[in-house]
Amino acid sequence: MENPIYNLNKLFDSRVRLGIMSALLVNDTVNFNDLKELLQVTDGNLASHTKALEEANIIKIKKSFIGKKTNTNYSITKTGEKLFNQHIEALEKMIGRIK
Amino acid sequence: MNEANQSSQDLQAIRQYMEKSSRFISLSGLSGISAGICALAGALLAYPYIQGTKQIFINVKAAIAFAIGESYLIILNTYVFWIAVVTFITALLSSFFFTYRKSKRQGLPIWGKTAKRLLINLAIPLIVGAIFLFEMARFDAYVLFAPGCILFYGLALLNASKYTLQEIRWLGISELLLGVVALYFLDYGIYFWAFGFGVLHIIYGGYMWWKYERNIIEKEAQA
Repeated sequence: MENPIYNLNKLFDSRVRLGIMSALLVNDTVNFNDLKELLQVTDGNLASHTKALEEANIIKIKKSFIGKKTNTNYSITKTGEKLFNQHIEALEKMIGRIK
Repeated sequence: MNEANQSSQDLQAIRQYMEKSSRFISLSGLSGISAGICALAGALLAYPYIQGTKQIFINVKAAIAFAIGESYLIILNTYVFWIAVVTFITALLSSFFFTYRKSKRQGLPIWGKTAKRLLINLAIPLIVGAIFLFEMARFDAYVLFAPGCILFYGLALLNASKYTLQEIRWLGISELLLGVVALYFLDYGIYFWAFGFGVLHIIYGGYMWWKYERNIIEKEAQA
């Protein structure tokens, strides 16, 4: 039998990344401040995680301006959606298998 | 064993993040109860005017205008209209208060994307309903006022329920059923109105409080 642990994606290994992915899976776009509030993390911490996810082509970043302020919006990519859904499935299997 | 624990914790976190980021979950059951009490008080105040034991018009001029058939906008000169306005405002303010308090307790923002989405989706059917009911006054269709209020409110709740706690969907469906039944008992409009806006709010508010908030308070008491 295939061990579901192989499908657990190292990319989603932190609580912050789980939060980013969860929010993006159910919302078309989420902006930086809303994510920060949701996850209760610092700017720097959030930025480093979003950057890593963007580099892996898991999420997309779109910057725009509202007046003079920058507004950074995030959305999930097709790859990201697929990988995160696989990750959730693997988590579910992990529980079922050991129970 | 540890792996399973970790996995179930992760799944729980995912579910919570999805909820928090897409639904307005600070809605307090106490808001429902307070809105229900305001509605019952409003219905009680309006009752003698509607049953005809008290003069419904604020001034004689309006009563005469109504008698000669100028009924449009005359409702602005009735006691019932202003009782309704005051009831609506107190219900809104009191429910805002309890929801604000709950969001403070949970450390969640009161005014975010989810609150905005909830309000917009609630407001669209309500505003259309208000215009429709106001226009119906032109045709003296006052008997449809109570079922109309209940039906549009039910549609508004059903529409907004996607953006908040799931119980709101059932409250919306209950209102719609009640509104349809009320269409066949037009003489009893005020009773249906009081049941829909008073009793149903109190029942659902009480249930939501019991389900979601009782624990928060118990936890706070222990801490």
